[in-house]
Amino acid sequence: MRTSNSLVYLIALPLVSAAILLLLGRIADKWGHLLATAVSASAFALGLSQFLQMHNHSGSNRAVTQKIFDWISVGTFKVTGSLLLDQLSICFVLLITGVGTLIHIYSIAYMSHDEDRRRFFAYLNLFIAAMLLLVLGDSYLNLYIGWEGVGLASYLLIGFWNQNPVYAVAAKKAFIANRVGDVGLSLAIMISFAQFGTVSFSGVAAGAPHASKAALAVIGAMLLLAAAGKSAQFPLQSWLGDAMAGPTPVSALIHAATMVTAGVYLIARSHFIFDASTTARTLVISVGVITLLFGAIVGTAKDDIKKALAASTMSQIGYMILATGLGPVGYAFAIMHLLTHGFFKAGMFLGAGSVMHGMNDEVNMRKYGGLAKFMPITAVTFGLGYLAILGVPPFAGFYSKDKIIETAFNSGGSKAIFIGGAALLGAGITAFYMTRVFVMTFQGARRWETETDPHESSVLMWGPMVILAIGSVASGFLLSSGSALVNWLQPVVNASHIEGGKELMNPNVVSGLALLAVILGVYIAIVKYRRVPANAPVNVSLLTLAARSDLGQDLINDRILVKPGFALTSALLAIDHYVVDGAVRLVGWVISEISNALRGIQNGYVRSYALMMLIGLFISVFVLWAVTA
Amino acid sequence: MDISNYLYLSMILFTIGSLGVLIRRNAIVIFMCIELMLNATNLALVTFSRINGNLDGQIASFFTMVVAACEVVVGLAIIVTIYRSRRSASVDDASLLRN
Repeated sequence: MRTSNSLVYLIALPLVSAAILLLLGRIADKWGHLLATAVSASAFALGLSQFLQMHNHSGSNRAVTQKIFDWISVGTFKVTGSLLLDQLSICFVLLITGVGTLIHIYSIAYMSHDEDRRRFFAYLNLFIAAMLLLVLGDSYLNLYIGWEGVGLASYLLIGFWNQNPVYAVAAKKAFIANRVGDVGLSLAIMISFAQFGTVSFSGVAAGAPHASKAALAVIGAMLLLAAAGKSAQFPLQSWLGDAMAGPTPVSALIHAATMVTAGVYLIARSHFIFDASTTARTLVISVGVITLLFGAIVGTAKDDIKKALAASTMSQIGYMILATGLGPVGYAFAIMHLLTHGFFKAGMFLGAGSVMHGMNDEVNMRKYGGLAKFMPITAVTFGLGYLAILGVPPFAGFYSKDKIIETAFNSGGSKAIFIGGAALLGAGITAFYMTRVFVMTFQGARRWETETDPHESSVLMWGPMVILAIGSVASGFLLSSGSALVNWLQPVVNASHIEGGKELMNPNVVSGLALLAVILGVYIAIVKYRRVPANAPVNVSLLTLAARSDLGQDLINDRILVKPGFALTSALLAIDHYVVDGAVRLVGWVISEISNALRGIQNGYVRSYALMMLIGLFISVFVLWAVTA
Repeated sequence: MDISNYLYLSMILFTIGSLGVLIRRNAIVIFMCIELMLNATNLALVTFSRINGNLDGQIASFFTMVVAACEVVVGLAIIVTIYRSRRSASVDDASLLRN
């Protein structure tokens, strides 16, 4: 394995920049955004040079490590602050820094009217640093630092406009849901340590084949819980919709392209655990299937453009999680979908931001309509992303999503039909709600108020959108031509080792079916949303009502977790007040009463003291006599 | 004469002394009663020494005398001082330690 001295700069550059921007305060207001963008771009350049070096080597010689310092050294337990850049992490490094840089550039214009723009860029850089640490750490413990770091950055950015209490609550909700997942990750790390005596990826990978099934299943389940928290998967999905409270570039970078895919990275990185445990894989598949349908259904009823996209993100990550549960060949397809999704979803979020920018921050799609005429570039770039997520050939989603559906159908056993069917249904619903978003925003009659003046955004904003749109068009073809990504990832996730079992469906049949589902979804949406009322209709079907209320996710959380939690805390408070404090107060009261009674003896008369001494003397003599006699 | 009679005398003297301490109010009288108790103890110690046929008790009684002498010096000084400041030698008047 090669070593390198420059990996650390990938993380150090944005981290130092964030520190500078936060510490200098208002002094840095004038140039803060430029520094942050430059740093992000140079991190991308570093990543690119690493990628090119990596490309010049072959196979197992591609991975690079760098040891920075000895972190923990206790007996045989050693954790070093080491970085590992292999074929899997370089994909993420390029995605994070590449999309990150584009979004930095976009934000310069998007946040230009915000007086806290410098702070915003500082947080963005902090996020980049933490996310890079997450994907570059060579052990679960190093990953954990980055994992917490991105959680913090996400919290700070969702609550960036925390003068609005609703946004502050959304930030808190995201943080708490993430903490639940973090508990899973820390438990997984502890069990790994107990089981294997090490927490490094290579150490656990070496030990995994010999470990007991039960331990592997538990570690897998805990890792899945962590992934569910970070990636907004069932049952910890409820925070993502509210996370749209953050500025739109944040939604594009953190809550669409990079951070929310950290769960997929975690599972792909821990493939040795999931390869060895069918129980854990089954859990992963279940979570993926539930979430991809859940997100898709929620997406059909959202009128808030960002929330509709958030539901879509949830659903698409459901696809990725599903793919990671499908065994070795699925990892590569999960990563491929992750990369293409990073392009088209970030592009669409930036498009949504551009629409909001031109529409006085209006997010309700019922107040849009016919915007294609006024924002042609936004409409076209959004449209390309839209075609990509639908999976229309030859756009990116066609290569990545169809592969996942195909793998699901061919995963063997009777459950394959069910999983594949769910994935296919999800594709149909995706086509429906994305068409709904597109039609309601860019087509149809105008429904906005007369004083609104929709206009195209500046070049700083549409430039990144165009680049991401190109990615939405080309990335799928580039990544899959000649199985480029599958071969690239093969040494890391062992992707070429495809488990036996006959092929249930030919890839062409799957693509045909998927296309059919998409056309059906698009057709229904176009018919249904040709005319959109400017106010949401009240008399709607039960399914629509359910989808509008996020399938009751908040209600369920409220009933199952929040209410009992409150009851528990108030019960604990009462116990603390009456039992614990009560016991302490009782002791105090008894002592004070005894003292009051005894105080009478201290009357200051020498003769009464003498009498007491005499009585004491008699008692002692009597006791001595009684004991010795 | 039976040697235990000395012990009975000692007990009687000690009882008189302690009753005097408890009952009388005049500090000088109380002081004398304390001396009486000390001497009753000395008598008992010397008697025990005689009974046991060794000198332990007699030595202890010397200690008692030395301590009693010191105590007289200090005690009388205190009583005289209290009398000077309060114009009274009654122990019940000197009850300022309360509260």
